[in-house]
Amino acid sequence: MIGLTHYLIVSALIFSVGLVGVLRRRNLLMLFFATEVMLNAVNIAFAAISHYYNDLTGQMFAFFVIAIAASEVAVGLGILIVLYKKHGSLDLDDLANMRG
Amino acid sequence: MMENLIYIALFAPFVSSMFSALFGMSPRQTFVGIVASSLLFIAFASSATLAYHVYTTGHGLHVTMMDWISAGDLHIPFGFVVDQVSVTMMTVVTLVSTIVHIYSIGYMDHDKSFNRFFSYLSAFVFSMMILVMSDNFAGLFIGWEGVGVCSWLLIGFWYHKADVSREENPSISPSWAANEAFIVNRIADLGMLVGLFILYWNTGSLQYDVVFETLPSLSGSVLNAAAIFLFIGAMGKSAQFPLHTWLTDAMEGPTPVSALIHAATMVTAGVFLVIRANPLFSMEEVAGVSYFIAALGTFVAFFAASMALVNRDLKRIIAFSTLSQLGYMFAAAGLGAYWIALFHLAAHAFFKALLFLGAGNVMHAMHDELDIFKMGGLKKVMRGTYIYMGLASLALAGIPFFAGFFSKDAIIETAWNEGTIVLWAILVITAGMTAFYSFRQVFLTFHGDERYHEFGIHPHEMYKFVLVAMSPLALLAMVAGFGMGNFEHFVTHLLPEYHMSEHTHHLATILGLVVLVFAVGGIVYAYKKYAGGLKRDEALEESFIYKLLANQYYIPQFYEAFITKPYAMLSEKFWKFDTSVVDAIVDGIANFIYRSGDGSRKMQTGNLSNYLNWMAVGGVLLLVVAALSAMLG
Repeated sequence: MIGLTHYLIVSALIFSVGLVGVLRRRNLLMLFFATEVMLNAVNIAFAAISHYYNDLTGQMFAFFVIAIAASEVAVGLGILIVLYKKHGSLDLDDLANMRG
Repeated sequence: MMENLIYIALFAPFVSSMFSALFGMSPRQTFVGIVASSLLFIAFASSATLAYHVYTTGHGLHVTMMDWISAGDLHIPFGFVVDQVSVTMMTVVTLVSTIVHIYSIGYMDHDKSFNRFFSYLSAFVFSMMILVMSDNFAGLFIGWEGVGVCSWLLIGFWYHKADVSREENPSISPSWAANEAFIVNRIADLGMLVGLFILYWNTGSLQYDVVFETLPSLSGSVLNAAAIFLFIGAMGKSAQFPLHTWLTDAMEGPTPVSALIHAATMVTAGVFLVIRANPLFSMEEVAGVSYFIAALGTFVAFFAASMALVNRDLKRIIAFSTLSQLGYMFAAAGLGAYWIALFHLAAHAFFKALLFLGAGNVMHAMHDELDIFKMGGLKKVMRGTYIYMGLASLALAGIPFFAGFFSKDAIIETAWNEGTIVLWAILVITAGMTAFYSFRQVFLTFHGDERYHEFGIHPHEMYKFVLVAMSPLALLAMVAGFGMGNFEHFVTHLLPEYHMSEHTHHLATILGLVVLVFAVGGIVYAYKKYAGGLKRDEALEESFIYKLLANQYYIPQFYEAFITKPYAMLSEKFWKFDTSVVDAIVDGIANFIYRSGDGSRKMQTGNLSNYLNWMAVGGVLLLVVAALSAMLG
């Protein structure tokens, strides 16, 4: 039987994948993918817990997260395109021009 | 109508001060002096009208201008009371200050800070008016501090003069003297403040009438404490021992200042306070404090007169005599004869201001030379001044029918009447000394050989208008005593009456004669010794007593060695502590923040990836904290 714990473990694993991506990747596009992965990990946890408590609020919240993530991607990708046009690269090491 | 007059009398000096201040930085303008003097005369005219009003109606006026402090139970209005006591003070203050203002037009003629001088002088009069007119202790204290500040400004008026050694000039420099006066007064003001707090705590008010009404319900110890602390305040302002050193050093200020502030008005504020608070000081429970006031006053009268005997500085001699006369006033007030103290205060204001202004004329003539051993024979060139100073000295010595005769005699008679024979004897001897030193100074200055020639000085008489301006004071010094009966009748509406016993009454003539014998004896002795010219007596000048007196009993040196210097050393130590501990801690914190900021600056690489890593570290840290607190809490 697949219980809440299993869902949460999957969610945590996917989140870790996303986190490692955020920390290790140098390409901005890949960073985006990684954040999307993390968001979806959270969504899984929301849906699972919502089901567990018989409370729809969590699932509703997951929908909100999806909607916000979609709009965020739309804006984010726009910025990435502009950045790529300007610098010809999306590598973070090349983009570091604010050194303190 | 009368209310307006009160405000005019109070604020005319303020307007005068502000007006003169407008020209404070600009070069000498004669009209500033004229406007200031006119405004002061307006204040005098208003005060005199008010005095007449109070005299004819027999009761005082009381106005409240506005609320000043209203917080919780504390309620202090800006209220002014014009009753028999305050109106006397107002009239004396404005009269003397009007004359001093006019005098200053002549005296400060060559001073480049002419306008500034008038601004300060008028500000002083304003503060003094607040002091005497206020209907509560808080207002009195404001005026008290105000006159202190103005006194500081005026003593240090020639602040640019450099410090010299004590041997060269006992008061070192004007700014030194100004600071001394201010600091000594600060010590006394602390006492006064404590006295006010005690009164407020126990009566719940600072209004005179409320406080005095509540007094009988207070315990003896509270009353004694209040009386003692208030008197400490009075001791500072009126320069009573041991806080007396500042007054003679205050002579560093311009002479009109000495006449107005350090003789006629400000220094009498302490006496005024005791008179104003007479319901407190005349209570049965505080009889000890009152007796102490009388004893201290008597002591100071003698003590100051003894120092005046040998002094060579024209102004300092008069300053010592002021000190001595203040002692007389305190003696009278302490013995319960408040109206006599107030009468002596007024009479003294007239002849002492005259004496000082005369001394100013001499100084002006002698090009700021003050050593009477270098003068002599000045009566030929300075007839007017000679007459004025002679009259004032006669009044000071208590020669019959001059102002000082009536008032001082009454004080001495009071001492006899109270059965305090020791005080009486000291006061009588002091009267003789007073006569001696005032005439020693007159004879050395105006009679005998003309010693100033060898110093290349060509004295000249003061401007005519100055001499004319001084004439009201001379007139009052001569005739003020005849108003004594009326004055008694006038002020005893408010102040407790004081009657001599039958026994004293019978002896009055004999007592008066005793005093007179001493006074005349003093004058005759001074005449014999000095009128013919200065004969220095080397043996006497080398004697221990002479040196002791000439050095003011070595009290200034004592204060310097045992108070000023240890205090400076202590301050040095505290300063070291401050830099090595307090500052070190504060600087340490600042340095830590500087260094940590400098160190963490390296985090800011501009690389988003690094930032994200740091963010993750932060997230993990927060998680750990949350987990830990969940486990522990």
